[in-house]
Amino acid sequence: MVSAFQKALKSGKFVITCEAAPPKGTNLKRMAHDIELLKDKVDAINVTDHQSSVMRFPSLGGAMLVKELGGEPILQMTCRDRNRLALQADLLFASYMGIHNVLCLTGDSIMLGDHKEAKAVFDLDSSQLLGVVRKLEEGKDISGNDLDGGVSFCAGGIVTPEADPLEPQLIKFEKKIEAGAEFIQTQAVFDLDRFKKFMEYAGQFNVKILAGVILLTSAPMARFMNNNIAGVFVPQDLIDEMASAPKGQVLTKGIEIAGRMIKRIHEEKMCDGVHIMAINKEELVPDIMSAAGLI
Amino acid sequence: MIRSITQPKAEKEIDLLLSGSGRIFIIGCGTCVTLTRTGGEPEVRAMQERLSGKGKLITGHLVVPVACDNLTTDALAEYGHQIDQADTLLIMTCAFGVQTIARQLKKMVVPALDTLFMGKETAAGEFTEICTQCGTCIIGETGGICPVTSCHKGLVNGPCGGTDSGKCEIDKRKDCAWTMIYNRLMDLGRLDSMRRLQPPRNHLGEPTPGKMILSEK
Repeated sequence: MVSAFQKALKSGKFVITCEAAPPKGTNLKRMAHDIELLKDKVDAINVTDHQSSVMRFPSLGGAMLVKELGGEPILQMTCRDRNRLALQADLLFASYMGIHNVLCLTGDSIMLGDHKEAKAVFDLDSSQLLGVVRKLEEGKDISGNDLDGGVSFCAGGIVTPEADPLEPQLIKFEKKIEAGAEFIQTQAVFDLDRFKKFMEYAGQFNVKILAGVILLTSAPMARFMNNNIAGVFVPQDLIDEMASAPKGQVLTKGIEIAGRMIKRIHEEKMCDGVHIMAINKEELVPDIMSAAGLI
Repeated sequence: MIRSITQPKAEKEIDLLLSGSGRIFIIGCGTCVTLTRTGGEPEVRAMQERLSGKGKLITGHLVVPVACDNLTTDALAEYGHQIDQADTLLIMTCAFGVQTIARQLKKMVVPALDTLFMGKETAAGEFTEICTQCGTCIIGETGGICPVTSCHKGLVNGPCGGTDSGKCEIDKRKDCAWTMIYNRLMDLGRLDSMRRLQPPRNHLGEPTPGKMILSEK
């Protein structure tokens, strides 16, 4: 079975994905509002899995909501909270529920979240989870036992093209492709000349690349991300540009920067699409797309 | 040498554990906890002073040479009278020592320390975890550096995305195991070893609780 997202990736169009974060609690109103707003404008919506290790409504439930509202969900799954039994079981359930896109992640440290004393699992890693998806598709669990009823997924992973040192990340990137990744979303990119260099390397693999673009909401937020968010490195000139925005115009400036970056990625055909991360401001994704000239 | 690395429990926790005890005998150890300054002679004396100040009667104290060794039996026998007078033993050794002592004396034991990890002294006053005794050693493929122990997430296929400048996402004082492994394998001309996709780990080395009987081997 080919998912709508998989179809979009194969079509050669400039693919756009974004995120929807499940709430802390059971009030899904805001999430549903964001999904309604975004579902027809983007090719798929990632549903995050206890992002930054903060306990929330599950990504599986969030992905079901996207599906229910007529959107195309990408189920984010981390290896932090579930062992191989639970991960396989959730993949069976997701596929049964019509969720056919999965983004396999290792997951942030438990210590970064709001349940610091919890036991971290990491029974599998992101590349092994991709292998699990492919094994289940063959009709077997990873112990080799037959499944009664199969699954089908468009599966992907992530890479951090601005990591230092980069080479160990690239080795892992290649392992993810070997394990069965069809698409790779990148962690936030800011230095597009550097990203072009990364694409000269990544372009040789049979995998679709979506460049990660984060909406900067203020100069302090950019500095906070540099100090606190794993794998995000905002350059000083962008922080200065955010700081130079007149009062009341800061968010507009952030939208302009994100739109400008997406526009350049699109126009210069750097990669297959973008993954827009407008953390807690998902409703601004259409404005970013508009600033990029995409709608 | 393998060292058991400990840190003192909070005074509040020790006080709570000792709340029903009036007469206490304190035991330290001359080996690992002396090195880490958590249960040697000076720490035992300081504890004695603190607890006396709180109105506890300290019936005596002893720093055994190696608390986890069977010879501890003889050392304890010498202090039999003072130990008998105590209702609780406050033990300032690692958990090996606490359990070795608890097995021999019919007394409630209260550990004064938390045992953090098995490691070694990697610089003066700096201790690093080396092995978690997982039972399925994989360091033949990682240049002798253990990612199960030295990577915060125990990853076996390379770094996570949180690593930065060779450091771990949880603590900049901690090296990223996979940066170290990458550098080591590159020096050895063996990066091919890191490129191999490792299957899910075998966690069935020896099911907890570990036990080995040589005659059954």
